[in-house]
Formats: sequence, structure tokens, C-alpha cells
Amino acid sequence: MSLKRVLVGVKRVVDYAVRVRVAGDGSGVELANVKMSMNPFCEIACEEAIRLKEKGLCEEAVAVSIGPKQAQETLRSALAMGCDRAIHITTDARLDQGGLDPLAVAQLLQKIVEKEEPDLVLVGKQSIDGDHGTTAPMLAELLGWSQATFAASLNVDGGTAEVERETDAGTEVIKIQLPAVVSADLRLNAPRYPKLPNIMKAKKKPLEAIDAASLGVDLTPSIVVEGVAPPAARKAGVTVESVDDLVDKLKNEAAVL
Amino acid sequence: MRLARHIRRRTDAVRSFSAPTMPVAKRHDWLSTLEDADVANLNARCSKIIEGADAKPYNRDWMDKCEGKARIVAQPATTEEVSAVLAYCNEKRLAVTTQGGKTGLVGGSVPVHDEVILSTTRLNTIEGLDKDTGVVTCGAGVVLETLDAYLREHDFVAPLDLGAAGTCTIGGNLATNAGGVRFVRYGSLRGACVGLEFVKADGTVVDCARTSLRKDNTGYALPQLLIGSEGTLGVITKCCIACPSLSPFVNVAWLACNSFDEVRKVLTTARSTLGEILSAVEFLDRGALDATLRAHPDIEDPLETDAPFRVLVETAGCDATHDAAKLERFLEAIDVEDGCVAPTTSAMNALWTLREGVSDAMTSRGFVYKYDVSLPPSTLYDLVEKTTERLEHLDVDVAGYGHVGDANLHLNVCDVTGYREEVHALLEPWVYEEVARSRGSISAEHGVGQCKPEYLHLNKSVEAMDLMGSLKKVMDPHLILNPYKVLPASVL
Ligand SMILES: Cc1cc2nc3c(=O)[nH]c(=O)nc-3n(C[C@H](O)[C@H](O)[C@H](O)COP(=O)(O)OP(=O)(O)OC[C@H]3O[C@@H](n4cnc5c(N)ncnc54)[C@H](O)[C@@H]3O)c2cc1C
Repeated sequence: MSLKRVLVGVKRVVDYAVRVRVAGDGSGVELANVKMSMNPFCEIACEEAIRLKEKGLCEEAVAVSIGPKQAQETLRSALAMGCDRAIHITTDARLDQGGLDPLAVAQLLQKIVEKEEPDLVLVGKQSIDGDHGTTAPMLAELLGWSQATFAASLNVDGGTAEVERETDAGTEVIKIQLPAVVSADLRLNAPRYPKLPNIMKAKKKPLEAIDAASLGVDLTPSIVVEGVAPPAARKAGVTVESVDDLVDKLKNEAAVL
Repeated sequence: MRLARHIRRRTDAVRSFSAPTMPVAKRHDWLSTLEDADVANLNARCSKIIEGADAKPYNRDWMDKCEGKARIVAQPATTEEVSAVLAYCNEKRLAVTTQGGKTGLVGGSVPVHDEVILSTTRLNTIEGLDKDTGVVTCGAGVVLETLDAYLREHDFVAPLDLGAAGTCTIGGNLATNAGGVRFVRYGSLRGACVGLEFVKADGTVVDCARTSLRKDNTGYALPQLLIGSEGTLGVITKCCIACPSLSPFVNVAWLACNSFDEVRKVLTTARSTLGEILSAVEFLDRGALDATLRAHPDIEDPLETDAPFRVLVETAGCDATHDAAKLERFLEAIDVEDGCVAPTTSAMNALWTLREGVSDAMTSRGFVYKYDVSLPPSTLYDLVEKTTERLEHLDVDVAGYGHVGDANLHLNVCDVTGYREEVHALLEPWVYEEVARSRGSISAEHGVGQCKPEYLHLNKSVEAMDLMGSLKKVMDPHLILNPYKVLPASVL
């Protein structure tokens, strides 16, 4: 028995390779004129959804993204990778910090889940901008569904799924009941490159836009960002003359010996 | 340009295939031999002199094909020290080979015999950037990647980029007029270099580096004479380079083509649909692709097709939406076997590694005959096909790749059994003559060095070569600067 639908959350974030800068007024990270990409963990979640489809384990993969107009580019990427259709929840609020609360994000996704009725929700384990890592657990809790975070492998079998989870001490394998929320970790898969014909096809796939304000979720932020500052510049290293010199410095300056 | 490449680029890898001793030019008998007293005198003039076993690595070139016998390496820290070293060597008729990052591919940066090595790596100060004009002023020994990182901090980029960026110096780039993967976008380094400070053979410092402005038509453009002179006319100590502003939005498409004609069509379509955001067009043939894939087992070709060519097209612009629309129009307009777009920066880097890794991949497998030629695009790939045919019976690997956007082909022939005279004799002078017949250049970007002076006549008239000889004698009357390189003995 294959799943009817997988919903996959994809977020637009500052590209991981960009060296972020703090805006002049210290209000946050500079977003103007900065390369944005799909959050790497969302990309893995998206790949997993498409693989389920290709293996005949699910019928439809639907990508969803909350964000400004440009989040549509991220959704088009998900469609070019192989998702069937996309839902754009539009908002001008920041999604890294000081805009939408993590709880509001989970609540907005909950509304989409209630409407789309997927058997499985796949999201990244965290987004590399806010680094909250809260979407999967909050969403599962709101829905009253099972959850499996930090997935390193996923095997769907009818109404259950076996998930290998990354933990500090190695991995553990758990079996969960569907419907469920699963968050993707780095080793789950290696995302594909969108191929030419699929890039073209993606332009014709349905993309529905829904105003975040219309979903009946309280979007007022409860988290206030007081200020954002860059980390202190690292002091330049010194070359020590000898091993004795090194030992001396470790003892007396670093006080670690 | 790419946002960041945290990959490879320390090019001093250990190589297992050592070359036969290449026949070298006879030592000029008018040159003196370094005595102990000279070493003492040079020590007094230069704050760092490297001697003995420590000097050995400076003698062997990057390709492991050429090796000199310099006793000492002078590593001056200032222009004044460069001047003092040259003045002394000129007076004593001691030959000098200038060396930057030693990544040159024609044996130009290592001595042929016992020339003193003058290493520029300590001339590595970045003096500053004029943000109004984008002109950066820095010492000749600054490593290209270091300069680029500095510029990026200020939202500019270096106008050139090449696989050896982590090791080569801006002075070496200028001395070889290096091209690289950004040429198609920013043009020749000759246009970007607005000022130079250099030291003549007799130690005279010529300061043409007092500008941060792009325009200056007062008299002869002396810096141009030094650009591409490969250490034979003077030592470049400082430069002023006009740099473009950073284009933060980068995309890379990777395409599979069934024929070289298809590759050419991709290029013309890229030019017309991508316009000013086009920042690189590189190609690899099957031989090059197989070699680089073998050398990078961690990277997969995202296209599964057997099509014999891959083309890498990079765009860099300053408006993500506008760039994406252009890229899409380009992808719609081309007719290729298969293709994809790198979804992430690491995917872009992986594709670039495949392209830039070809050279190393070939070198690590066997003895490589390397040719760097420019040819009319319509017949460019014929040379690879003819070479394959010519060597068919000899069981060697032939690969063609390069900067197709500049009609620049790198032809590599790799012999896993090592050097064979038979192979060499079939390749040279045949390759050079073939190129000359098609009115191409026998050295599109690597220069002449010690490997090609005897073929210079294939590209230059007698009159042109005579004038080069005259200029050389004006700048360096005792012929101490990088002897046996660039010019054939007949014009001196
Ligand atoms: C992996 C790899 C990729 C490459 N890709 C390209 C490419 O795409 N395009 C291209 O054009 N080249 C390419 N090259 C070759 C290129 O010429 C060199 O990488 C670079 O330009 C030389 O810089 P360098 O500091 O290493 O100079 P060196 O090798 O040290 O010297 C090169 C020549 O310049 C002279 N010289 C050096 N510094 C000075 C100075 N301050 N004053 C006067 N003379 C000087 C030397 O005497 C020598 O003749 C590549 C090389 C490698 C190893």
C-alpha cells in the first residue's frame, strides 16, 4: 500500500557559503544582495520525498514554503527536483530571527497539513539561519502525530516507518506509526541536480499562493531580538620556537596543563 | 566568480612519475659561476638567502619535468633588496631566474643551469584598495587567492582566476599574462593592470605604479612590456590592478553535448542569451572527463549519458531574479543531449573540481605532454582527433579540454608507461606545426619559457623576433635575466 501524499517543507535561507555580515544598525544579518538558497537540510528532505515517489511508495510529493515572494524560486527548485506541486505561504516577515516565531511557523504548517492530509511530513532537522531545530517536534505535537527527528535513513512500509536516528552516541532505530513528522539529517541522502527537462517542466507545475495572514494563526512575534553582533575576531596565532616553549605557553598562558 | 572554493589548490603534490632529463640549452659561457664571496655579498644585500639542501625544492618545477642547479635562493623583502641583488648580479654577470609561485607550465620559473633564484614570495604586502576605482595596489609576491579573498571582503574580485590560484602569485600571473577561467568575462590581464613597479637588470627601479586610475595615455605603456615577458626583461615588484565589483549570485550549468559543433553552439547561445552575466565557458572531452572522474572518486558526473563532451557554463550577476530568468532563457534556447544546474554551492564547487582537476588528474597518472594552444573554433577540436589518430597504435590517453570561450584548447597526452622518445617524436614539432598551419597560437596562455623558444618562429616573423632581441638587450644588456627562456639564442 503506498502513501497518498508526502508534504515536504523547504525554506529559503542565506546560502551556506556566504560569509554573513551583520547589518550596520545591528538589527540582524544583512539580507540585501546576498545569495539565498534552499536550506541544505530541506534539500535532503525534498530528495527523500522524491525517492519515496520514485520507489512507488507514495503517490504525490507536495512542497511547501513560508516566505517572501522570492521563496517561489525555492519552490521551483523543489519542483525541478521532482515534487508535483507547491504551496507558497506568503509573508514579508523575516524567518531567520525577529520575524515569525518558530511556533507560528509550525502552526502555519499545521493548517496546510489539515488541508492536504498527507501521510507523512518531511522537513529539515534545522534551518541554517535561525538554527532553532524546532519545526518538526512542534508540528508533530500540534498534530498529535508521531515524530522521528534527525533521520539518517527512512523505510516506509505501509502504515509504519522505520527510522534510523542520529544521536550523540551513535544511531538508534525506531519504528513509528504513520502519519508522522520526520526531520532529515545530513546522511539521509545526497540530493540530486535538477536536470534540464525537469527544470522546464517545473515552470508548468501548479504553485498555489496562500496569504499567511488568512490562515487564522497569530503571527505577532513573541520573541524580541535585542541586537545581533558578529563574533569577536579571532586573534592571530603565534609560532612557538620549541616544544619547551609550547609546553610553557600551555601551562602558563592557556593554563590547560 | 565563485563565492568560495574550499577545495584543492595546494599544487605542490608529490608526483610519482619523474621525467627524463630534458635536453637543455648549453650554458652561456659569458656568465659567471657563483663563488662563496658572492654568497656573502648577497647575504649583505638581501635579508633572506636560502642555501644548500633547502634550495633544492626551488629548483624543480611544478610539472616535475625541469630541474635547475641553483646554489642559492634570494628572497628579498623589499623592492630595495631586489634592486641591490640585481645590481650585484649584473655587475658580476651572475644569471638570475625570478620565481613566484612556481606554477608556470613551461619551465620558466626554475633555472636551466646554475642561475641564482630570486623568489618574490616575501613581496607580499597588499597596500590598499581604492574603492572608487576598484584599483588594488600590492606586492608581486601576493598569492592570487589571498588577493581575491582580500578583495571579496570589500565586495570586489580579482579579474582573473585559475586552478593554481592557491599557489601562484600576482607577479607570476603578470609575468606570464595568465588567462584562466575569467578571461571570457573580464578580458586580458593587460587591460586590468594599470600600473607596475619593476626593477631592471642593473638594479634601476622603474616606478610606474603611482596610480589608482584606469586611464593614462602618457607615453609608452612600459608595464605592458613587462606583462608576458616571463622574467626576461625585469623583475616585477609591485602592481596596480583594476578589479571588477563582486557579482554575488553565481549559477553553474553542466551540459552534455554529442559533438564539438554542439559545444560551439552552446557557446554562441550563451553569449547571446546570458550577455554580461556570462562568467565562464569551459569544456572537457571524454578523455578529460574520465581522467578527472577517476582522480575524484568522491564526485559523480550528475549526467549519466555517454555523450562525448561536457560544457560548464557559469553565470555571475548582481540580481538573483534577473540572473535566474536569463539562465532559464539560455537553457531553453540550447539543444543538447542532457544537462543540469548545480543546486548548491558545494555542487558548483564539485563541477568546478571536475573541470580544474583534469590537469592534475593527467599528471598523476603518467608522463604528460601538455599543449596549450588557441585555434579557430571551427577546427579547434580537429587537433585532438588528429592526435588520437596519430598515436592510436601507442596506447596513450589523449584528452582535450579548456577555455572554449576563448578558443583555447589544452591538449594533453598521458603515457602511463612514462616518457617515450617515440611518442615525443610523433608529437613535436608536429603539434606546433599543425597549430601554425591553422594560424593558431602555439602557446595561448602558458608562455614560452624554456620549453618552446625553438618554436617561437612559428608564430612570429623574423622582424618581430629581431625586435624582441633588441628590446631584451636594452633592458638587460648582459643577458643575466632568465637566460635560455622565451627567445631563441639566434636573436641575441
Ligand atoms: C593547476 C594549474 C592551472 C593553471 N591554469 C592556468 C590557466 O588557466 N591559465 C593560465 O594562463 N595559466 C595557468 N597555469 C599556469 C600559469 O602560468 C601560472 O599558474 C601562473 O600564472 C604563474 O604564476 P607563478 O607565481 O606560479 O609564477 P612562476 O611559475 O613562479 O613564474 C612564471 C614565469 O614568470 C616569471 N615571473 C614570476 N614572477 C615574476 C616577477 N615578479 N617578475 C618577473 N617575472 C616573474 C618567472 O621567471 C617565470 O618565467 C596553471 C598552472 C597550474 C599549475
